[in-house]
Amino acid sequence: MNISVLLNMVPDLVEELEIDASGTALDTQWMRFLLSESDEHALEQALLLKDRHGARVTVLALEPGDAEEALFSSLAKGADEAVKITGVSPGLSKRVVAMAFKEALQATPSDLILTGVYAIDDLDGHAAGLLAGMLDLPFVGVTRSVEPVNGRVVVQKEYPGGFAAEVEVGLPAVIGVLSAPQPPRYVPVARIRETRKTRTLTERPVSVAESLPGLTIRRLFKPEPAERAEMLTGTLGDVAGQIVTILADRGLVR
Amino acid sequence: MSPSSQDVWVYVEHLRGTVAGHTYELLGKSRDLAGALGGRVVAILLGNGVQPLAGTLGAADRVIYVDDPALAEFTPQAHGTVLRALAEQQAPRLLIFGATSLGMDLAALLAGSMGMPLIVNCKDIGVEDGRVVATSQMCGGKLLCEAGIGDRPAIVTVLSGAFPAEKGASDRPPQIESVPLPVSPDALRMKVLRLLEPAAGDVDISKAPVLVAVGRGIQRKENLPMTEDLASLLGGVVCSSRPVVDQGWLPASRQVGKSGMIVKPKLYLALGISGAPEHVEGMKDADLIIAVNSDPKAPIFDVADYGVAVDLFELLPLLTQEIEKRKGLAAAS
Ligand SMILES: Cc1cc2nc3c(=O)[nH]c(=O)nc-3n(C[C@H](O)[C@H](O)[C@H](O)COP(=O)(O)OP(=O)(O)OC[C@H]3O[C@@H](n4cnc5c(N)ncnc54)[C@H](O)[C@@H]3O)c2cc1C
Ligand SMILES: Nc1ncnc2c1ncn2[C@@H]1O[C@H](COP(=O)(O)O)[C@@H](O)[C@H]1O
Repeated sequence: MNISVLLNMVPDLVEELEIDASGTALDTQWMRFLLSESDEHALEQALLLKDRHGARVTVLALEPGDAEEALFSSLAKGADEAVKITGVSPGLSKRVVAMAFKEALQATPSDLILTGVYAIDDLDGHAAGLLAGMLDLPFVGVTRSVEPVNGRVVVQKEYPGGFAAEVEVGLPAVIGVLSAPQPPRYVPVARIRETRKTRTLTERPVSVAESLPGLTIRRLFKPEPAERAEMLTGTLGDVAGQIVTILADRGLVR
Repeated sequence: MSPSSQDVWVYVEHLRGTVAGHTYELLGKSRDLAGALGGRVVAILLGNGVQPLAGTLGAADRVIYVDDPALAEFTPQAHGTVLRALAEQQAPRLLIFGATSLGMDLAALLAGSMGMPLIVNCKDIGVEDGRVVATSQMCGGKLLCEAGIGDRPAIVTVLSGAFPAEKGASDRPPQIESVPLPVSPDALRMKVLRLLEPAAGDVDISKAPVLVAVGRGIQRKENLPMTEDLASLLGGVVCSSRPVVDQGWLPASRQVGKSGMIVKPKLYLALGISGAPEHVEGMKDADLIIAVNSDPKAPIFDVADYGVAVDLFELLPLLTQEIEKRKGLAAAS
């Protein structure tokens, strides 16, 4: 089975987000990026399928957002090939991301396309579903496990309220992963550094329109805190005391 | 696609014979939007044996339902294919989904296949000069984006709790219309093999009076025992955000939020939880929320009653000590 895993880099929220002078885009100059969490799970899901059933795993990522680290890290974890997609700056558009992946995938025939079902910077869509719609492929999103069965896959799809269903999907298909059945594997930094020396990335230029058809970003802004919590301050000991008083007043410690 | 109407369509979510509360929030908001656009509110109800639910959708002017065994269980393919066929026939101006595990699948799939603009995770939607303007919540609540949609048909997904549900509840009987499956059942190409119940666990966190909730800030499994000690001192149990469950540190039965449990304890003590909308959905109605997060800008402080912007590992031992002292349990110090 040929599995393609699509990786998206997202802003690291540990850092303060900065909005650029236009007021309609993020200032990415000093921004730190990391691999989107559900993509980490998509990669883990692909590597689990490779470990258990054998597969060839190709990871693909768009160049902007320091994708190289994530691509080399994927190789170090066991991916067979890593493709860096160049020639596109999607900004905040997941539709542009999906179009770029669609074009890049033409050179990587895939039975199964796995990607995270969402990213924290989604605005004009979620790349997994958009791509499936553009490719007219079967699609299930918000999944927590993928197993091959007789040339198809059976996925566990989450429904609201803690419910889920096992859905059988013919291949090729796009699956939007929320969680893998086990936590994403860890790879030591030294191994990634080693991989940078011994492996290369496949560069794949694409050319897609970068406008958001039908959409205009009018304003990007930080929320005004409406009713914020009352912040408890003082020494840690004071704060602990204040919390206990609040709890005692409500009869929660006796 | 036929020329667009100005109608606002709401996709009705239902599970086990009940319409999701979220759907009423969308119906209520749609009344304003349809009014401003000069169209009608149309509720789209897909499933098997769903006809009895149509009567509860009186906030809509019209309910279109497709009742067919092929739609018995949700798959994005089945419901998406039917929605697309209906939308191509009737050309709604705006198609609204909840930002749920069903709505996010359908909205993105349709936006991709039909080339319709989409804005996800909206907190607000309005109409200005005949155009739809939507405010999307991004980056776990740290960023908002106001986007205008041209004058063409579009799709939005809406966060749970963005609009009041009361406005979407109505005793008025809507006009109800049954439409046969508009595509061949063979086009629905996916099979649901079985339904899976929510994870059953050792404890039912929705019944605990006190919840000590841990998030990714807890860093590793070895740090859990100290939170368990604190929880048992307070007569409660430990629950968590999703990443803690995904890491395998706690069972799925302890997860609070969109894909976990909805809880309403007397006390929710959130430790190292950022306050993403999917988490907040599950705990915002707790009687008392106290949040500890080292990031003073963490969105959890928008829902908490009291907040402490410190390292949880520094506060926890002192807090435990203070509670022990208050309870007269402190060791012979
Ligand atoms: C369809 C869908 C369903 C989902 N369902 C759920 C769900 O049911 N429940 C759920 O929780 N999530 C759910 N999510 C995921 C959700 O979007 C968030 O990713 C998740 O809630 C984040 O968890 P967190 O707050 O623990 O982690 P993070 O967002 O990573 O936050 C960790 C926080 O800990 C703080 N921190 C770090 N170190 C310390 C320290 N030493 N002291 C104090 N604070 C510290 C950081 O400042 C940060 O704010 C769902 C997502 C999707 C798409
Ligand atoms: N009714 C419509 N709603 C949304 N987008 C449309 C509509 N009609 C045409 N488009 C856009 O125009 C492009 C070409 O349309 P078509 O020729 O109908 O496939 C599509 O990719 C859409 O982006």
